[in-house]
Amino acid sequence: MYQQLAWQVTLILVSALALVFVFVALRARQHADYEPIQHRGYRIRTRFFWALVLLGTPTLLYSMTDLPYAAMRDRGAAAQVVEVVGHQWYWTLSGNTVRAGQPVEFRITSADVNHGFAVYDPDMRIVAQTQAMPEYVNKVRYTFTRPGTYKIMCLEYCGVAHQNMMAEIQVQES
Amino acid sequence: MNDAIQNPLTLAARRSVLAYMATAAVVLLLMMVFGLLMRMTEGQLLPIGPDRFYQIMTVHGAGMVGITALGSAAIMWYFLSQYVKLSTGIFLANLALFLIGVVMILAGVFLGGFAGAWTFLFPLPAMSMGLWGKGAAALFLGGLLLIGTGFLLFYLDAARAILARYGNFANALGWPQLFGRVEGYGPPPTVVASTMVIIVDTLGIVAGASILTMSLINLYVPSFRIDPLLAKNLIYFFGHVFINAVIYKAVIAVYEILPRYTNRPWKANRVFLAAWTVSTVLVIIIYPHHLLMDYAMPQWMLLMGQIISYLNGLPVLVVTAYGALMIVYRSGIRWDMASGLLFLSMFGWTGGVVPAIVDGTIVINQVMHNTLWVPGHFHFYLLLGVVSMFFGFMYYLLKSGQAADTGLDRASLWLYLLGALGFVFSFLYSGKESVPRRYAVHLPEWVPYDRIASVFVALVVAAVLVFVARFLLSLPRLGAARHA
Ligand SMILES: [Cu+2]
Repeated sequence: MYQQLAWQVTLILVSALALVFVFVALRARQHADYEPIQHRGYRIRTRFFWALVLLGTPTLLYSMTDLPYAAMRDRGAAAQVVEVVGHQWYWTLSGNTVRAGQPVEFRITSADVNHGFAVYDPDMRIVAQTQAMPEYVNKVRYTFTRPGTYKIMCLEYCGVAHQNMMAEIQVQES
Repeated sequence: MNDAIQNPLTLAARRSVLAYMATAAVVLLLMMVFGLLMRMTEGQLLPIGPDRFYQIMTVHGAGMVGITALGSAAIMWYFLSQYVKLSTGIFLANLALFLIGVVMILAGVFLGGFAGAWTFLFPLPAMSMGLWGKGAAALFLGGLLLIGTGFLLFYLDAARAILARYGNFANALGWPQLFGRVEGYGPPPTVVASTMVIIVDTLGIVAGASILTMSLINLYVPSFRIDPLLAKNLIYFFGHVFINAVIYKAVIAVYEILPRYTNRPWKANRVFLAAWTVSTVLVIIIYPHHLLMDYAMPQWMLLMGQIISYLNGLPVLVVTAYGALMIVYRSGIRWDMASGLLFLSMFGWTGGVVPAIVDGTIVINQVMHNTLWVPGHFHFYLLLGVVSMFFGFMYYLLKSGQAADTGLDRASLWLYLLGALGFVFSFLYSGKESVPRRYAVHLPEWVPYDRIASVFVALVVAAVLVFVARFLLSLPRLGAARHA
């Protein structure tokens, strides 16, 4: 789950940074000549830089193998289609029952201002989202694996009843 | 070139900096209180309705961006005027335009009811469903435009002064040294950073002014339509550049003050110059990472948004934060409020970069975009980073007025650190739990996070109250003629 991954990576890296800062702060009051510190520091920095590059590049590339944009390009793929329109302050859906195990293509637009289209699973975790924009249709494809009641919530501020924009989708056994 | 300090501040200049800092301190505290009100409302501890909540949210967002920009402009101006000759008149004109803009914004929001958020995404300002009128929206947009105009004047004057001394921007960015045509160090870090900020923020403000003007016209001539996606691009380009320029201005305090504490010079060597030149470019092209959930965008721009987000972390981590750590390590530094806050600010900035890069990853953005993860990451580097730089600079000014830190100051610093960390991590945790940002009312299962966050925000507000009170009480002494 990406949420869990984001949280753990953040905790680990921020803690590592904090340790470095504490380490330096604890040694700051001692005094030593700057020249040798600089000399050694620059050497460590070069290694640190390459370590970041060597770790970051594969992470970057690997994370791009699972992009959510495919539905914008390929048409032919078989999918259950749900047309979605955002309004101030409600959603209209062309249908609200879909089957699990088969891709669902949401085609999303807005009748007035910008809205955000987010699908929440029965545990209230976001599983997919895109923006709902006037004059544009954003397509997002998602395959539900678990039957149940899913919620659609608005994730782009759209005025005073923004937080009330909720709709439901029933996902049935395949 | 001899970069020795040439221009000690005149009394008028010094007082102008104090006026900036006093304004920034008071408004910053007020905006923090607004933030506390929002968290408490979400935590069902206050009976504030959605209409009022979103007004407060609009003011908090626009106000924080504006006031940190003002405070960091004072830092840049204070140190840059040691190297080039800046105009105090223009500096004060910016403050005046800022204050007029603030009054317009407050009137538009609290009298007119405007609650379109700082993002004023087209066509929301014109489509309130009867909650606010054209006049209220126009006051808000016009206020922002006026504030932008002030900053543009500020940058034009700084550009003029830098060009007068260094001839062109390439020299001021240290390109002759970077590309090896000239031996030795580049211009002082303050000049390099200021030049970068002038370049990127002028572009940012021009983009912002154009979309503000278009939105204003649309209010009164509805047939004048704007492409909503183009509007978004302009708004996030402007917003991203403007708030990033805030950090790049404020970090000048670190470059200038830490070396004075440690007697170790911070020189613009080639790695430093390369980092700032790279940042100049990256900050301009990184903004599509705000549009990762706009599938209608050209896909190459979105991929670029992620790639640049990853790259953008490098100069911060490898050059500025690393440089600060090296300057402090075994330096015999005396820790006090100024040095402590500035050191903390480097942790705040780099710490915030982590959840920012995580969120800049497209697959993660798909489940984190517009959740509380987003304010979580930017409060990390704005609150622990920029605000620490700001108060670090303030205590540095106090120190030059021979005021010693008290136990209360030091206690507040620890309280501030504790409060800010607790607050930021409760935001991030809520984001992990899929809690949306910008919701006046939270589902019952989210309310406990809001209450915990409220306690931590209250600690931050209490600590900042001490910082601000200390500064305001010392103002008469700092502004006295014999002091200069
Ligand atoms: Cu909404």
